Amino acid sequence: MLDGRTTLDLVIGFLGLLMILAALWSVLSKRLLSSVLLSGAVSLLASLVFLALGAPDVAMTEAAIGSALTTMVFLYSLSRMKVEQDAHEDGGAS
Amino acid sequence: MMKKVMLLAAIALLAFALWPFVRDVGLAEPGELATAYLERGPAELGTANVVTSIVVSYRGFDTLGEVTVLFTATAGVGGLLARRKSGHGRKKAAERGATDASEILKTASRLLSPLLVLFGVYIFLHGHLTPGGGFQGGVIIATAVLIGLLADPEAGLAHGVMHLVEGLSGFAYVALGAVGLWFTGVQAGFLDPRFLPLGELGRLASAGAIPIIYSLVGLKVGAELTGILDAMKEDAE
Repeated sequence: MLDGRTTLDLVIGFLGLLMILAALWSVLSKRLLSSVLLSGAVSLLASLVFLALGAPDVAMTEAAIGSALTTMVFLYSLSRMKVEQDAHEDGGAS
Repeated sequence: MMKKVMLLAAIALLAFALWPFVRDVGLAEPGELATAYLERGPAELGTANVVTSIVVSYRGFDTLGEVTVLFTATAGVGGLLARRKSGHGRKKAAERGATDASEILKTASRLLSPLLVLFGVYIFLHGHLTPGGGFQGGVIIATAVLIGLLADPEAGLAHGVMHLVEGLSGFAYVALGAVGLWFTGVQAGFLDPRFLPLGELGRLASAGAIPIIYSLVGLKVGAELTGILDAMKEDAE
């Protein structure tokens, strides 16, 4: 039978492994949109780790800032980049 | 190839260097200072949540620094984006070729946003009792606004009200800190909450001025992060 400490270790290890995989995927991905979303997923998994370690306040901050607000800021920048790229291409064609 | 091997070696070295932290997590005994905080926090300040007693009172001056950093960041983002924006007006969503949000997102945001605001207010009002506090509550309020902005891209924020809330709560926060400094006796420091009665441990109206201070911090953080989001959104259009 597993004791509490070992179970906690296993949960944190599993979440950490998922975090590493998501981070690697985010770096290696060719599409910027999936990179942004995956870096948000890393934050979401980190907040689960904080929750498992008994820090719900840190988990709340990480989930809200890391996975919601930061992702949105990146997405807004991404859409602005797209708009400028499209305008550039239109200008080149005409 | 060589570069990748070097990179992997560097990552492995870093992991090895940081391994003791991972191995000993949760095992270390609290040090002398941490023990003093743990023992004296509830008795001196009447806070059931020790983290709050440290953030709001014992290390209140550091929190003032944090609040200043956030304020500076917001002012910087707002200033930079406002200057770039001036010149060309705001386009309608249809002109940009933006599609309307889906019905599911709209309905869910109408349901979720008010609940999230309520949850955020709960978090910062109960900062001295349960985990979380002004920063966490403010961040949750900002996510509520974010969901609303996602569902309705045409929605505008009441900028005047936001600036008023931000400025007033920031001013009141520093003023309360100074009040604590001057009116609580010789040993008081910045943000000492004991100029109000401490009350009974575990009650909502307890821990001196901490609920008021944290509510102000929550309003300020919420208004600032919402302002950043709004500035980014208008710039992206």
